[in-house]
Amino acid sequence: MISTFASFLLGKLSLNQLPNNPITAGGAIILVLIPLAAVIFISVTRRWKWLYREWLTTQDPKKIGKMYIIVAVLMGLRGLSDVILIRLQQALSVGHAHGIISASMFQQVVSAHGTIMIFFVAMGLMFGVINMIVPLQIGARDVAFPFLNATSFWLFVAGMVLINVSLVIGDFAATGWLAYPPLSELKYSPTVGVDYWIWSLEIAGVGSLLAGVNFIVTILKKRVKGMKMMLMPLFSWSVLGSMFLVVFAFPILTVTLTLLAFDRTFGMHFFTAGHGGNMMMYVNLIWAWGHPEVYILVLPAFGVYSEVVATYARKKLFGYTSMVWAIWAIVILSFIVWLHHFFTMGAGSDVNAFFGIMTMIIAVPTGVKLFNWLFTLYRGKINMKTPVLWFIAFVVVFTIGGMAGVIMAVPPLDFQLHNSLFLIAHFHMMIVSGVLFGYFAAITYWFPKFFGFKLNERLGRYAFWSWLIGFLLAFVPLYILGFMGATRRLDHYSASLGWQPLFIAAGVGVVFIICGVVLQFMQLGVSIWQRNSNRAGRDPWDGRTLEWSLPTPPPSFNFARLPIVTKRDSFWYDKQAQFTDSRPYEPITIPKNSPLSMVIACGAFFLGFAFVWHIWWLAVVGLLVVIVTIIWRSMDEHTEYELDADEVMRIDRALTPKEAGL
Amino acid sequence: MSELIADAKMVQLNKQIERSEKSSTAVFGFWVYLMTDCVLFASLFAVFSVLRNNTYGGPSGAQLFSLPYVLIETLALLSSSFTCGLALLSAQRRHKKQTLLWLGVTFALGLTFLGLEITEFHKFVTMGDSWHRSGFLSSYFTLVGTHGAHITIGLLWMAVMGVFIYKRGLGPLALKRLRMLSLFWHFLDVVWIFIFTIVYLFGALHV
Repeated sequence: MISTFASFLLGKLSLNQLPNNPITAGGAIILVLIPLAAVIFISVTRRWKWLYREWLTTQDPKKIGKMYIIVAVLMGLRGLSDVILIRLQQALSVGHAHGIISASMFQQVVSAHGTIMIFFVAMGLMFGVINMIVPLQIGARDVAFPFLNATSFWLFVAGMVLINVSLVIGDFAATGWLAYPPLSELKYSPTVGVDYWIWSLEIAGVGSLLAGVNFIVTILKKRVKGMKMMLMPLFSWSVLGSMFLVVFAFPILTVTLTLLAFDRTFGMHFFTAGHGGNMMMYVNLIWAWGHPEVYILVLPAFGVYSEVVATYARKKLFGYTSMVWAIWAIVILSFIVWLHHFFTMGAGSDVNAFFGIMTMIIAVPTGVKLFNWLFTLYRGKINMKTPVLWFIAFVVVFTIGGMAGVIMAVPPLDFQLHNSLFLIAHFHMMIVSGVLFGYFAAITYWFPKFFGFKLNERLGRYAFWSWLIGFLLAFVPLYILGFMGATRRLDHYSASLGWQPLFIAAGVGVVFIICGVVLQFMQLGVSIWQRNSNRAGRDPWDGRTLEWSLPTPPPSFNFARLPIVTKRDSFWYDKQAQFTDSRPYEPITIPKNSPLSMVIACGAFFLGFAFVWHIWWLAVVGLLVVIVTIIWRSMDEHTEYELDADEVMRIDRALTPKEAGL
Repeated sequence: MSELIADAKMVQLNKQIERSEKSSTAVFGFWVYLMTDCVLFASLFAVFSVLRNNTYGGPSGAQLFSLPYVLIETLALLSSSFTCGLALLSAQRRHKKQTLLWLGVTFALGLTFLGLEITEFHKFVTMGDSWHRSGFLSSYFTLVGTHGAHITIGLLWMAVMGVFIYKRGLGPLALKRLRMLSLFWHFLDVVWIFIFTIVYLFGALHV
């Protein structure tokens, strides 16, 4: 009787699920201590009210963007600590030695590293930068659906919390970051690890999907009058391309994860080895999302490079029109290359040939973009700041990685390289240079706009060089190891293979990367410390796009008077014509803060947690919370307030420096 | 100083424009959302097409489905789409009672459809042909069930919408939402036509 009640109340949850080895226990304790410390700090400094009013309930995309980036950076540290474990294990677990963690633990660490870095670091940085920049660039006061935007963010947080809870209670998937069946089926992964993976991504994925809808509508409908599509800054164009991919790819992820969950939870047979399941269908489906996902991440970073290159070269971007078409070529082609992730499936030579050729073709628009950037720099008066350094590193690393990609696009060669460390080296070179470096450049470039001071240049350079050296040192050995036959997710190998020196070299590379990260934090700290000598006005880099016309930091409504746009880089030409705006002020409608986004995400979190542990009453509660909150919100007709024209003028005047002539 | 503040007439005009732009933005956003739902169903159809012959010794579509039964379901749903259109037309003419009446009819027809579907599911499960049985049945229950789940959400929405209109009348907000609801409902109709063809007709006719 009592045990039935307990199993009703707790599902599969029990105290045995708490960590039982020192490394997980350490990780779990850290994960509990960090939020606890934060709570104590906020309580002691009496900041709850401030936190609630200014951040937790905000609908301002600029603040939401900052929160995305904070979460992404924290998750980056978690992903980096996984890297340390992976590198230590592979450097030490040779011959008779078995390294520092068990084989199954190692598989969990590798899976967590991939999942966290893609979903919670790369996606977080991307949506953070998009939230902060896109409305400013297109002359909008807000996104199309502010409440939905906040909800997307909080769903992202809910997914993030769920994946971290897996470290404290239960375990994580030991199936690689894409959890291929039949390994990920209940029969071979009976613990809750895969369920954590499924539900964490499901929740965060729905958040991304909604954000995709939101930004498509924002860019298509909220552009300031006069900004025709072909006058839009390239970053906004790239985001539009990326969000189209989100809207068409993420539903496939939602379906795939749901079907795997149905297999595991309700005993269905989509991907099982028996009963008419088809596991290769899973691999097709997950990559039909997964390949576009790569371009979802990389396109906005391309957009960042376009802005950075044009601004610091003090020239207009070379080949604007071809850049736009290259984006859309990539958008379309990225949907017809997915099979190159599994040429070895045995689909036959015709199918493999088609996907191999398409894969090579997609390198063409990417090449167009690279050459356009280089031509933009050519004969420019280049202002060699750290964002340009990140760009140059990107060009070199991305080209090396891209060449490796073209090699693997040839099916017969791929049969040799498939699932080897060569592949690992290839995609890290693409994603780290094409995504991470891009967002590093973005953060350095746009930081002064939001905080009023620049980041320390010298420490930025040190961080850059540590990163670049460390990165090449960490991944060039993996290319070589891949050729020598080392497979991915390798937890142990024979000493006679002679791989250990190369693995140690890769480990040394990670040490350099860690130095780079430490330097980046020092850069932030020192810049804050010395902010008074680093002050930046509205336009520290002599920028070209509308965000630089705004006060620093921009007011919540962005534009006191909507800007006038007549050509590309209108702001640049306005500066030269010394244009001053003397149009009258008008009242502005602003969305009210709301805690309901957070409530919806809480409901989603409990729904996910309940599905992981089969606590069905909690699933019902979670679902009800979501539904009731949405209905509650829909009954509220007063979700906005109005700032009257006098007030707008007062705020604008206060933010406008005297020398502007007013 | 005063020339820096826009005059009241201009502000009023701009506000009207802004309001109508906001409403069309919302409806456009809903269209984009429907496209994501379209991809979701497309994926489920693809999965069904891959698994439809994987019966693993269990029953096939031809053995399970009764076309006359599905025809009744289909007619209920199609006519609900028609009455949903009538509700929107009455709402645009600001006929509150008529709107509520047609919404009520739509709700009843939708509920009938859902009831028929659940009965059919129940019959299959009690016959021992549940989703455990085979890959084909897993994908059948999931595809048709996902459509059913959407219908359930639509019915819930319709109920909330009814209360909203009853209490607050047919303001611009109610009209905007009704427009989106009817888009949603017609969309589900279109999806059902594909389910009817691909799952039931092709299944029953051994195509």
